[in-house]
Amino acid sequence: MLKRILKSPDAKDMSVNPPVLAPGHTYSSITEKISSVVARNRSSKGWLVGLTLAFMLTIVMLYTIGYLVTTGIGIWGNNVPVGWAFDIINFVWWIGIGHAGTLISAILLLLRQEWRTSINRFAEAMTLFAVACAGLYPLLHTGRPWLDYWLFPYPNTMGVQPQFRSPLLWDVFAVSTYATVSFLFWFVGLIPDLATLRDRSKGRVGRTLYGLLALGWRGSAQHWRRYKIAYLLLAGISTPLVLSVHTIVSFDFAVSVLPGWHTTIFPPYFVAGAIYSGFAMVLTLSIPLRAIYGLKDFITMRHLNNMAKVMLAMGLVVGYGYAMEVFMAWYSGNEYEGFMMIANRMTGPYAVSYWMLIACNVVIPQLLWFRRVRTSVVMLFVMSIIINIGMWLERFVIIVISLHRDFIPAAWGMYSPTVWDWAMYLGTIGFFFFLLLLFIRFLPVINIFEMRELLHEKSHGDH
Amino acid sequence: MKEKQRPPIYGLMAEFHTPEELVAAAQSTRDAGYSQFDAYSPFPVEPLDDIVPSRGPYLPVLVLIGGIVGAIVGFGFQYFVSVIYYPMNVGGRPFYSWPSFIPVTFEVTVLFSALTAVFGMLGLNGLPLPYHPVFNVKRFALASNDRFFICIEARDPKFDMDATRGFLEGMKPEVVTEVQH
Repeated sequence: MLKRILKSPDAKDMSVNPPVLAPGHTYSSITEKISSVVARNRSSKGWLVGLTLAFMLTIVMLYTIGYLVTTGIGIWGNNVPVGWAFDIINFVWWIGIGHAGTLISAILLLLRQEWRTSINRFAEAMTLFAVACAGLYPLLHTGRPWLDYWLFPYPNTMGVQPQFRSPLLWDVFAVSTYATVSFLFWFVGLIPDLATLRDRSKGRVGRTLYGLLALGWRGSAQHWRRYKIAYLLLAGISTPLVLSVHTIVSFDFAVSVLPGWHTTIFPPYFVAGAIYSGFAMVLTLSIPLRAIYGLKDFITMRHLNNMAKVMLAMGLVVGYGYAMEVFMAWYSGNEYEGFMMIANRMTGPYAVSYWMLIACNVVIPQLLWFRRVRTSVVMLFVMSIIINIGMWLERFVIIVISLHRDFIPAAWGMYSPTVWDWAMYLGTIGFFFFLLLLFIRFLPVINIFEMRELLHEKSHGDH
Repeated sequence: MKEKQRPPIYGLMAEFHTPEELVAAAQSTRDAGYSQFDAYSPFPVEPLDDIVPSRGPYLPVLVLIGGIVGAIVGFGFQYFVSVIYYPMNVGGRPFYSWPSFIPVTFEVTVLFSALTAVFGMLGLNGLPLPYHPVFNVKRFALASNDRFFICIEARDPKFDMDATRGFLEGMKPEVVTEVQH
């Protein structure tokens, strides 16, 4: 059966599962192909253009941050009652996107899914950059961001300590731990590949820099043994971590008493939503990446198909979440919950967002049931962008709609974003792509040694 | 004193094309009675785990200890702050509200285990180590690409320049090289 799989790389042949690694590769061709993306004497024009655009948006972000810190949160559209808006919407959106990277790296490793191999490196990089963008928001939305260090428990002359019963503080620990562990996991995975780049470097600068980062890795079998153990342990640790991080983020809402927020469905619903948007972003990135850098042999239709399936599954869980929210609102008989979920969301002032959300997250992704859609690169790309927009709208609906009309009509208000809200958001998107483009240029986007291992396993299967 | 005891070279290195050859070579080396040797490959080759000698504490145990320490530190610190050092009366709720301490305890446990796993692995492996004699062999650069090496150290009690060289040549490698210090 393996012979059949290895013989047909053509995705049009639907009767056979496309291979996880196209045939005809050797250890050195794998090294060559992946390193060639990095080892160029001069950066390609397209890359420079992309980097410039991303850098310009990053400058916009930096300017916005400067203006925000010196002037105050008032430059955003946040008001009373809508105390949280784009800041928290975007924080949750970015963190959610990050979760797919850890899932692919850690959870798919534990589940022995070999299709994770060619996508896990840049998915993990995507996580790091997404968490970097996400982390900006809680730090900056505090109003007096120069006092952010008060969030951490340190011995101080004021004799005070943080309130550990608050999910906002749990978030501080969760996101910091997530950022740290993700970085460590990514870097550890990079060490053998940095050694490859060090050994292939022609120039002194490359050799020195990669050499320093590779920590002297020489491929010793004794080292590999401990390395594999550490890698598996990190995967095992990261799995509950990623589930817990977005659960804690959902607690920011669920632990309150606000109608539309105070519901036990939030933890699994948020985690599923995070994986949903994360995989959508991985698809948005991997589809152009494999085309531009000629990596179709490594990121095959099998990968795209599988990612689409995971997205569909998560979309169904998220759809279930929406349905349960509405059902429980009605079944509970609670007038505030009922008003919020049914009358306000569906027919209130922001009803357009709610219905667009249902269209983007529930209705349109049902097309993924069809194999023709799942194996069409163009349709997957468009679908992934729609899903990411839908997930952004979901956070908008949850946060703004529940805040702007809570219990008593006298407390009601309206919200609209300002140009600075958009500037910050688009700025973080630019910053994300800026970091991603730098990563693509200087580090291997696919895990080279794991691909070699995969080739070794595949060729052994034939014997 | 040390200069006199150090052998003239670090060891002898043989290069192979496939992981299977390397495993066979390593097995023969071990069977022949050598104890100071190592195998080098561009990706982990599982059978080598049992063949190549390894020493030092067991990493998973270290990680477990790290995690337990993390749990104690995380929970203990919250207890100390919320009950002893800075208790806050929030609506008459108990100071020792331990269920609310669980999320941070969990995160600190994860953090400590992950740090132990990474720095424990690097520490036990002796990394970072920018210089190692095997890098003196020019062809060793292929160890991170598509070749497989075995190196028998000169400080091994059974090492003998000619005998060991002959032994390695017998395994039909691509080339046998002397590794300078």
